[in-house]
Amino acid sequence: MNGTTARTETLLWVAQRASAAVLAVCVAVHLATVIYAVQGGLTAEEILARTRGSVGWLVFYSVFVVAVAVHAPIGLRTILREMTPWRGASLDGATAIAAVALIAIGWRAIGGLVG
Amino acid sequence: MSEATLNVRIWRGTEAGRFEAYEVPRRASQTVLDVVTWIQRRIDPTLSYRFACRVGMCGSCAMTVNGVPRWTCRTHVAKVAADDTVTIAPLRNLPVVKDLAVDMSAFFDKWARAEGRFVPKVDAPNDFAVVAPDSRERSAADAGIECIGCGICYSGCDVVSWNGDYLGPAALNRAWTLVNDVRDGAGARRLAAVAGDAGCHACHSQQSCREYCPKHLDPTGSIAGLKRATMRAAIKGEI
Repeated sequence: MNGTTARTETLLWVAQRASAAVLAVCVAVHLATVIYAVQGGLTAEEILARTRGSVGWLVFYSVFVVAVAVHAPIGLRTILREMTPWRGASLDGATAIAAVALIAIGWRAIGGLVG
Repeated sequence: MSEATLNVRIWRGTEAGRFEAYEVPRRASQTVLDVVTWIQRRIDPTLSYRFACRVGMCGSCAMTVNGVPRWTCRTHVAKVAADDTVTIAPLRNLPVVKDLAVDMSAFFDKWARAEGRFVPKVDAPNDFAVVAPDSRERSAADAGIECIGCGICYSGCDVVSWNGDYLGPAALNRAWTLVNDVRDGAGARRLAAVAGDAGCHACHSQQSCREYCPKHLDPTGSIAGLKRATMRAAIKGEI
């Protein structure tokens, strides 16, 4: 494996490990909040009352979305390279599109939550 | 004891072979290699297998015994033969030459691809290098240095089975011992060779190599070390 590719692959691996560490915290906070919030019923009004205009939730879910957009496409790329013959620029392009799509979908959801 | 019989099934042929059954008298302290040798000498001299030292040093007699890759010269029949039956097949993940002999070329070619060769530093001193035996690097190298190149870890590794390019536990373990050799000068070149989806980053840490290694080495730990070393090198821009 030539130097540039070795560096890229290694940094992708590091990015996925680092984003996994962030996600471990994000998922735990998210699930704990869900469990806490459903005590005594769950309504859209109740959720929006908590999140709308909240800078804290905006920052939290922004970090969450970025971590997902880094973590999931790299993992998908690795799985595809392991289980299919797909390699090269087309796979890397598809990985980048997946990352952009996750960012877009995530931001749209955050907009609905805190906007 | 001498009247007892062991039922043996042995793979015959190449990739498209079949198991054939043999009956072999049980002996005290009998090894799986003893069984194979007895069949070749007393029943069928065309049975092909590979061995040399018979004392667990050379790493040439590895076979799949009852589904598990083992060094047959140091594997007692009493330990593995449930119901007086033992099934002996060639190592997995390597092409079968004939019967129990596999072609080890790919296995050793990958040692070369992993830069598994000692490369002296250009400014190597003319005198002997002084390496403290209890230094961190020397301890890490010592932990992996006793590999006998038997191919058991390579045969037991599922990543090798689905990714033919994967360097495998033994070659990566060898690279890790050299990464920790302070006299070695291959540095970043070796780390670049062992990075990526054919190298250390393909490892799923399932630890079959560690489980099966007859020398009780920990290639999974060596591969984890390579992941850390390549990470540092990539962040510093050395690879």
